[in-house]
Amino acid sequence: MREHEIKGMVSAHTIIASSIFIATVMPLFFVEHFSVYGTHLTWLYSVSGSVAVVNIIIFWLLGISPPTKKHTLGYKVSRAVRSCLYFVLSCLFFHLVVVLTVHPCSIRCLCVLGPNVQTWIRVFSRDGAMSVWDTSLQITTASSVIGAWLGAFPIPLDWDRPWQVWPISCSLGATFGFLTGLIIAPAWIHWHRKQLTYKSK
Amino acid sequence: MRLTSETGVVCLHTHSRLTLSERGRKRKTARMKRFPILALLLWVATMFYVGIFLFVGGFLLVRLEVSRSSSCGDLLTLGDKGGPDFCQGEPRFQRAVILIIDALKIDFARFDAQNTAPKPFENKLPVLEEVMSSQPTHSRLFSFRADPPTTTMQRIKGFTTGSLPTFIDVGNNFASSAILEDNLVHQLGQAGKRVVFMGDDTWESLFPKKFHRSLPFPSFNVKDLHTVDDGILQNLYPTMEGSDWDVLIAHFLGVDHCGHRFGPDHPAMADKLSQMDGVIRSVIGRLENDTLLVVMGDHGMTDTGDHGGESLKETDAALFLYSPAEIFPPPGAEVEPEVVPQTDLVPTLALLLGIPIPYSSIGQVLLPLFPRDTQTAGALDYLTQAEALWINSKQVNRFLETYSQMAKDIPPESLSLLRADFSRLSSEYHKAAQKGLPPPPALVAALQGYLTAVRDTCRASWARFHPLKMVAGMVVLATACVLCLAVSELPAVLVEGGSLRVPLAVGAGLAGVVAALQLLNGGYTDVSWCLGAFALSSQLLFLWKLWCTRGSGGKGKAGRRSLLPQLTVPLLVLLLRCASLLSDSYVVAEGRVATFLLCSLGIYVPFCLNWDGLLLPVNHDPSKPPGVHPSPTLSPSTVRRESLTLLVCLGVLVGSLYLSLSFHGCREEQGACSPSAFLAPLSRVQDSRLRNLHYILSVASLAAWTYTLRRWLRHYGNLNCAGPAVFTARWLLPVASVCLALHWAVSSTPEESFRSLSELIGLALVALPRAAYSLLGLGVALIWLDPLTVFLKPRQPHQSRGSVLPPRYRASTGISPQAELHHLIPQLYQRMRRSLEDGEQAGAAEEDGRPAVEAYGLGTVYSAPLVLQWGLLGLGLLMLHSEGMALSFLLLLLEAAALLHLHSSSTSLALLQGAHTGGFSVPWTPVLLWALAATQFFHATGHLPTFPSIQWGAAFVGFPKGHTGTLLPASLVTLNTFSAHILFAVGCPLLLFWPLVCEVRGGRRGRGLVAGEGEEGEDAVMEMRLREKPQQFSCALLQLASRYLFIHGAQVLASVFAAAILRRHLMVWKVFAPKLMFEASGFVVTSVFVLVGMAMVMRVDMAVGNWFKRLLPEQSR
Repeated sequence: MREHEIKGMVSAHTIIASSIFIATVMPLFFVEHFSVYGTHLTWLYSVSGSVAVVNIIIFWLLGISPPTKKHTLGYKVSRAVRSCLYFVLSCLFFHLVVVLTVHPCSIRCLCVLGPNVQTWIRVFSRDGAMSVWDTSLQITTASSVIGAWLGAFPIPLDWDRPWQVWPISCSLGATFGFLTGLIIAPAWIHWHRKQLTYKSK
Repeated sequence: MRLTSETGVVCLHTHSRLTLSERGRKRKTARMKRFPILALLLWVATMFYVGIFLFVGGFLLVRLEVSRSSSCGDLLTLGDKGGPDFCQGEPRFQRAVILIIDALKIDFARFDAQNTAPKPFENKLPVLEEVMSSQPTHSRLFSFRADPPTTTMQRIKGFTTGSLPTFIDVGNNFASSAILEDNLVHQLGQAGKRVVFMGDDTWESLFPKKFHRSLPFPSFNVKDLHTVDDGILQNLYPTMEGSDWDVLIAHFLGVDHCGHRFGPDHPAMADKLSQMDGVIRSVIGRLENDTLLVVMGDHGMTDTGDHGGESLKETDAALFLYSPAEIFPPPGAEVEPEVVPQTDLVPTLALLLGIPIPYSSIGQVLLPLFPRDTQTAGALDYLTQAEALWINSKQVNRFLETYSQMAKDIPPESLSLLRADFSRLSSEYHKAAQKGLPPPPALVAALQGYLTAVRDTCRASWARFHPLKMVAGMVVLATACVLCLAVSELPAVLVEGGSLRVPLAVGAGLAGVVAALQLLNGGYTDVSWCLGAFALSSQLLFLWKLWCTRGSGGKGKAGRRSLLPQLTVPLLVLLLRCASLLSDSYVVAEGRVATFLLCSLGIYVPFCLNWDGLLLPVNHDPSKPPGVHPSPTLSPSTVRRESLTLLVCLGVLVGSLYLSLSFHGCREEQGACSPSAFLAPLSRVQDSRLRNLHYILSVASLAAWTYTLRRWLRHYGNLNCAGPAVFTARWLLPVASVCLALHWAVSSTPEESFRSLSELIGLALVALPRAAYSLLGLGVALIWLDPLTVFLKPRQPHQSRGSVLPPRYRASTGISPQAELHHLIPQLYQRMRRSLEDGEQAGAAEEDGRPAVEAYGLGTVYSAPLVLQWGLLGLGLLMLHSEGMALSFLLLLLEAAALLHLHSSSTSLALLQGAHTGGFSVPWTPVLLWALAATQFFHATGHLPTFPSIQWGAAFVGFPKGHTGTLLPASLVTLNTFSAHILFAVGCPLLLFWPLVCEVRGGRRGRGLVAGEGEEGEDAVMEMRLREKPQQFSCALLQLASRYLFIHGAQVLASVFAAAILRRHLMVWKVFAPKLMFEASGFVVTSVFVLVGMAMVMRVDMAVGNWFKRLLPEQSR
């Protein structure tokens, strides 16, 4: 079971990572003067959008989403609205506080955890992970945040590089952190598969 | 007892009242250790001071500036007949062109025809070789040796004053870098020569308004190779061809910038040097017979293109002299020096151009430029070698006499040797002169020897790093840091049995031995070595003792603890902060770096709590891991409220951090940056509406500051009694703020608008701030006199008989029990009572004995005087700043409160959920946050670690006409500069008290449980807990102080390392050395005020002890 899950995770992560690369390369053919530094926001939107779409598709296909009790239309609508709200709020939070945009992360959190603040908070505690996906979420989010934090470090240096500007280096750091997390997560879970025990909900 | 209506209100709403049992007889035997803690802290701080002193003694070279100037009429020695000394001969040259090619290393200037594959920097100046071979009596190339520090500004000072500039030239006006010492440019101006300058704009700041004409170009951007050079080239030839100049100075920067950017081994260097070759060619072609050409480098460069240090590659520049007229003897006719010290240019140029040698010059004339005797000089009355040397020697002797009267840093024995030497030479010279004979060559050599000896003596005391002292300083500092860590890890061992006597005695003994050895060997003692020996030996002995006794602190398995803590996130952040001091970019951006780290660490707090599962109430599910007992009294709402408090505090912290960024000043290295508008004094704001707005804002923040402090004191019931401290809080604090507001109003009024009231305004400018000073001083003195703010109220009978169960707490008003929980009164001081009573009597007391008194404000008895003192100090420091900084100070208050609450709520969250943190000890995170906040507010009050940014205006607050002494203005400026350090250092003990102060609001039961008391409903006793366990209190206090000192000490150590390692860095004198000075002074101020804060706590503890002593006999039956 665990092996199966890890394999699934590796392929899912590979798809997500490649979607980031595609999202970086594709706009070259559609947008004039596209570059990661010059048109940073466009790049960011493209990457976030593609990661969001890929995430939603993957998690929908894999069926990893929070259990839903009711299936009325109204409930679904309210869930969708709340999802959007939380997504916007999380973007704002990350933008304001962690000085970066970890959109990929927040959309992942939404996919795995659903719009429930309690679950979000619960997942990021030591004993909070309840499945392999939760653990992977912990790892990727932590590495994104750390990447963004480290991304702020070169800003004061006098190298005069175009990426040494506030949002660019942070979001680049976050993206690299996210990619690293995507690689580390399955490896780490594989390594620690004996120690990992998950409680049922 | 006087109960005003105000007190009555407080009675209703005061939630901090402790009631004492009437039956207390026995006192606890264990007492707080006051003196040993203070002594230990003082000793640790002294170790840091010694380390700083040693390092700075080896790194920063200090020299006094002599402010006198030479003039043509000077008689250099008393009783020396024969007319004025300077300007006696016909000047050899009327005009001079001085081309300074920055960083023109001697290797660049030499030409080697055999070299077939020259590197980019070799053989690129063929013009020098061509001229020297075709006109050997017209030109010479010398190796031109600079003295360290080999940085451009120091070098310009060196070859214009002829002295050895050090990093700190005392007497120098820090606010501007203008040279005040006598120098060539000044003398040229005095002699009526028209000095035209073009090039590096450093000259313009060194010699403001001294030039006949000046064309400065910006030198700041190291990456720009061409602006300065092209600017010079556009103007150089037209100026030379014109006649409006006597001395032309052109300072090219391209070679230096090319070295910094690409290094010497780069094609760009070849291009640059070839360009310079062309320049020299064109200039030589335009020279006339009465003109001397000097081509020189101010310093060399290393193989990587850097300079600043003392290696030969950095010090050896090129000096090329040329004149269309014959000036040199044919090569080989005389022994010529191979290496010319840089200082020698000054007397040579001065005598060649017929101006007095600058007063402080210690250079020696360059003999090949002077004729050996009058025959070779031809018909004209030029100075001969012997004459020039004699004038030179007399001038140097005069300087030496003046300097030795002012300063004592030249060893007396070498001084007396030099004096004897000079008087002997003087008599020999006079003898020869009386006979009318030319002085013998031996005398010329002896004069040269004398001048060399003087220069060597001066250089030994001014211009050399002492690597051994630097290393010793670093070792002492590093050991002191380890010591601090060890103390913070093992405070219990120290409080119980640590004694300083043995290490101190051994250290003093060793210092004596070192002194005696020095006396025997050299005849004098160097204090720094004795201090170093004392510090190092006592530290090592202390650590050794600690290492041996570390097992005895704790019992059992946890006994042997390590001396050093484990690397955790806060220590990692501290490590990053220290590492950032090693990079000039991070030092330049220090304000933002500190803010960023502070923000990160603040955000880390809730994340860490959440990771440990402490942020939210735990669901009581069966799957909870065993071992952690969910506390039965834990209410989720309490936890939620604490979490909410924590997050709100975090929000306030982040908000105030963000806002505080708008109060920063600007360094000159930060290109596109404009200093905060609040930094300028209000009187400089032109728009009256804007001025009024600023004033209102400032006064509002001032009022908020005062109100907040008073509100806090009132909330905790500390304003009820009639003691001096309460008098201070009630009257002195508000009156002082009113004085301050009035002072701002008066000082910001434009002078022209109230001309008739100018006398009154003048009086107010003096009286108001002085009144505020004395009120604040009086307030602090009163607090120290009697720091207690406790109000005792005899218990009214039958008040709490209403309930069935004897209540442990009692609300003052009839609000709901739920509200009582939040606003309960810490009433029955259970633990204390139990320790006071005998066992049998305890039962009786439970039944009929009622608590006899209620004490208002006893719960915050420690923190109230601290907070009050903090507020008074804050007002005083605010007064020294410009008006707009009131906003920043308010932010400081907010941020400090946010940090304290952040700390207290995370502590209570940890306690509430059963994660015991152990005693009162303050963990690293809040201490580091507190220390980082000090650095951050250093910047957010408009300060920067550079000398030009010191706010000198602080010295004139209350003293608009200036001072007579230097102590008072110096201390005012120090207080102004380090106000953030002072406030956070004094407030440091609050970190220990705050969790106890805030405990009332929810931590009550949890803490009781954790403390191991099965009894439910333990009363909140707030800071009285500390008196219960004096041992733990002492430990926690010692630990807190040593942690705080460690954090600051580690930063000092890092900047010391930065200065030592990067002493050849381009920015060492601009960035690292000032940063080291500020960090070291900041540490000294911090440690002093940490000790003041600790002493305040001890004073309160003493007062509380006496109070209990007084109270208990009174109340006992």
